[in-house]
Amino acid sequence: MTAVVTAPPSTPPAPGAEPRRRRGGAYSGGNPLVYCIALVVAALTLGPVVYGVLGGFRTNAQLAQAPAGLPDPWVLTNYTGVLTNPSFWQYTWNSVAIAVITTAVVVVFGVMAAYPLARYEFKGREGLFMVFVVGLLFPAAVAIVPLFILITQNLQLGNTWLGVALPQAAFALPMTVVILRPFLMALPKELEEAAMLDGASRIGFFWRILVPLSGPGMVTVGVLAFVGSWNAYLLPLLLLQSDMKTLPLGVADFSSEHSADTAGVFAFTTLAMIPALVFFLAMQKRIVNGLQGAVKG
Amino acid sequence: MADDVTTSVAASPATSHPQPATAGRASAARPAVPARGGRRAASSRVRKRLEIAFFVTPALAIFALFVIWPILTAVQLSVYRWKGFGPLVDFVGLRNYVSVLTNEVFTDSLVHNLVIVVMSIVVQLPLGLAIALLLNRKMWGQGLLRTIIFVPYVLAEVIAGVVWFQLLQPQYGVLDTIMAAVGLQGPAQGWLGDPDVALWTVIVVLTWKYLGLAVILFLAGLQGVAEELYEAAQLDGASWWQVQRRITIPLLGPTLRTWAFLSMIGSLQLFDMVWILTGGGPANATTTMATFLINEGTRRQNFGIAGAASVILFVVALVMALAYQHFILRRDTRPDDGGRRAARPRKEATR
Repeated sequence: MTAVVTAPPSTPPAPGAEPRRRRGGAYSGGNPLVYCIALVVAALTLGPVVYGVLGGFRTNAQLAQAPAGLPDPWVLTNYTGVLTNPSFWQYTWNSVAIAVITTAVVVVFGVMAAYPLARYEFKGREGLFMVFVVGLLFPAAVAIVPLFILITQNLQLGNTWLGVALPQAAFALPMTVVILRPFLMALPKELEEAAMLDGASRIGFFWRILVPLSGPGMVTVGVLAFVGSWNAYLLPLLLLQSDMKTLPLGVADFSSEHSADTAGVFAFTTLAMIPALVFFLAMQKRIVNGLQGAVKG
Repeated sequence: MADDVTTSVAASPATSHPQPATAGRASAARPAVPARGGRRAASSRVRKRLEIAFFVTPALAIFALFVIWPILTAVQLSVYRWKGFGPLVDFVGLRNYVSVLTNEVFTDSLVHNLVIVVMSIVVQLPLGLAIALLLNRKMWGQGLLRTIIFVPYVLAEVIAGVVWFQLLQPQYGVLDTIMAAVGLQGPAQGWLGDPDVALWTVIVVLTWKYLGLAVILFLAGLQGVAEELYEAAQLDGASWWQVQRRITIPLLGPTLRTWAFLSMIGSLQLFDMVWILTGGGPANATTTMATFLINEGTRRQNFGIAGAASVILFVVALVMALAYQHFILRRDTRPDDGGRRAARPRKEATR
């Protein structure tokens, strides 16, 4: 019945859009103006990124002569220079290791903490949850100086992967718990009852039923934690030196040390961002789901 | 976040009445629901306690060690004069706070943070909403466009900052070149070098970086608006604009409000982008509270001053968050006119 709905004849089309068939979305487009706006938005969004990528294919002379020009001829030396730079690979490796540790800690500890907060009835449950919610308000910057002292002096973890990954995980926990709790709450009670009738303990229920079922939620929080760690700057800046640095630090250093070599900076920056960009865009749905989860609860 | 609390609280039958701003805590007094399968002996309760402890302890331990303890230490440091070595002996009371609050660099930082909070919301909300509404339709290349819009958000602030830093250079920067081609001229000291312009430049770059997030979240929220509402409105002869104004935007209310909350918290904590683009300069024109305290703490070793600045930053964030939460809760519990209607359908759905 609704398949044959057409535009109500009395409706004057609003400027910029005509109400017509809108199956599957809202009002359907096809309006040239909408495509124009979309193109402008896309160009403004991608412009700086594309410029950086192309800049890496140019020489500094080309860049100086015509800043807004295209590579002519295309040169690969900037990119090969970065790819044969052992520091680049060392930074990449550090970034990967720290992000993996952070993600693992966040996901395991996060789902464990979210489980009782979601599915146990106990005194102080909401209070405990509030501890994590309030934790969302703490920027790492607030605690950064004591954190620096704690890690470098008390724990002797300065300039190590763990020294960065553990605090990062701790700061990512609130978001994780806040996202995972409603997710675990939404799993039907009957599952738990059935498991109990079959003689499973609550811990057995957790491992055998809850963890497998909450896979999508854990992937989401895992991706968020990974992105956060991969892009982090402040904590690595204070804690990591020389060949323990991560890619963002490497990029920032390279750009200030080689400020005259603009093309080299573009190449370094491009290579630092492209793999992550591909991965994150592939995981886009998960990231959006996670952020939405945080928005909606 | 605030929405989270309300939702989870509203979802449990015991406490569905309106909650004050400090809601979560109140329901600690919720009547214990008998365990499934009936109440057992006390040993089962002990067992339950142990289970809870087992699950919560690891997370709570690293949270306490790496978040709570450092914050408490920051509070402690804030009442001492301490240069990073030796015992804490030079107790100065609130003098660090006085010196931070009378330091023009810090008060300017606070103002910069507030300007960024306001400008982020004032610019990104209408712009993001407009783009989201325009894109919320079947069109060619929609998936690709959404991906493109998401690109700046997933880039590290540092990487985006380094690229923009090059674009914004005076003379050889591409922006000035393009402007020169059409006969315009940027500021002589460059977009990041002119104290009158630098903060606004930073805000433009931040808008570029975070507008995509707003659009994506709004689009996701729009997907949740039931198709039938559009159909009904169309049958009633509503124009596209009327539908957006009367149905879509109000129903998007919760998404908009929580996005604004996240944006606000992010703006208050801003560090990376400023550090890369300007380092707080020129002439402290772009400092934020975070760059101020990092500067004091790590470069000048004024740990007491940095501690006081941390505490002030936290208090500002907390006060603004609580005020905002209060504001949201008022809207969500007293839906009457205008945008307030937005809260109603969602509330009903959660009950």
